[in-house]
Amino acid sequence: MARRRLAVFVAAGLLVALALAFFVSPEASSKPDGLNKVAIDQGFADKETAHRTADSPLAGYGVRGVGSDRLSTGLAGVIGVGATFGIAGGGFLLARRARRRTAAGGVER
Amino acid sequence: MHIPDGFIDAPTSAAAGAVAVGALAVCLRRSGEMLEDKEAPLAGLVAAFVFAVQMLNFPVAAGTSGHLLGGLLAAVLVGPYLGALCVSVVLVVQALLFADGGLSALGLNIVNMALVGAFAGYGIFLLARRVLAANPGGVVAASSVAALLSVVLASVVFTLEYAIGGTGGASLGRVAAAMIGVHVLIGIGEAVITGLTVGAVLAVRPDLVYGARGLRAASPTAPQAATVGG
Repeated sequence: MARRRLAVFVAAGLLVALALAFFVSPEASSKPDGLNKVAIDQGFADKETAHRTADSPLAGYGVRGVGSDRLSTGLAGVIGVGATFGIAGGGFLLARRARRRTAAGGVER
Repeated sequence: MHIPDGFIDAPTSAAAGAVAVGALAVCLRRSGEMLEDKEAPLAGLVAAFVFAVQMLNFPVAAGTSGHLLGGLLAAVLVGPYLGALCVSVVLVVQALLFADGGLSALGLNIVNMALVGAFAGYGIFLLARRVLAANPGGVVAASSVAALLSVVLASVVFTLEYAIGGTGGASLGRVAAAMIGVHVLIGIGEAVITGLTVGAVLAVRPDLVYGARGLRAASPTAPQAATVGG
């Protein structure tokens, strides 16, 4: 029961995150953020070097090959939500398993 | 607040990388000890939510935007150790997949956004909880105050990093003033988003808010727990 309620909560939270990423993120401000604005104003913005993953098909929060900017940003957001959920949730489980296996030789079982 | 490659020199970036790796190793061990398997989907949700909301840049001043950093929010929801890990996952995914935040600057970004928010921010949160009411409103208020201050603190830490290894020769005083000034405004946004999110989770599942754990003993649904004072 408690487990099921947790699953409902996580599913609802994920839906909120997906909706924000898909529907709202294309509306976000595209102005430079605080740090970038300071870098421009104080004259060190030109020190930025090319990003090593600039060739990623998702670089700059867009999906390469998707014509509509709105859709491209929204899909990139959905992919990011899925990736972060999977890596954080899955990574945490793996870390717990590894820990239990190490502990298994001890008093735990 | 994502530092691209080139703003901070290689030795300083490498030193921050070492700090980040060491701190995250401690976080991994501590959260593995303290938490249970059922918290795994929560960790995923916190990372996914922070990722989504970080995409929502809001305007703060003429020609400038800001977005949630999320370190303090994550810490209040799942504790500082797991919270720092969640935000670090977001930063790694952003750097590798979305080319946001430099790869050599990843350690700097983890220090500024994950560690400062989750640990310094959570310390401020605990202090604020002491002076605020021990009820859900007090937890929301403490979260908002700590969120604002953690963003300002992150801008101070960036300025220190720039002082140690910054490129471009900008005046430190002017960088400090400009960074702190704009991040007070961004911090207000951080405070609003953090307060709304913590308030919403407290309303539906107060038991899932790590930073509100002390509250349950005082709740009317748990009369078996002794309440001190009134």
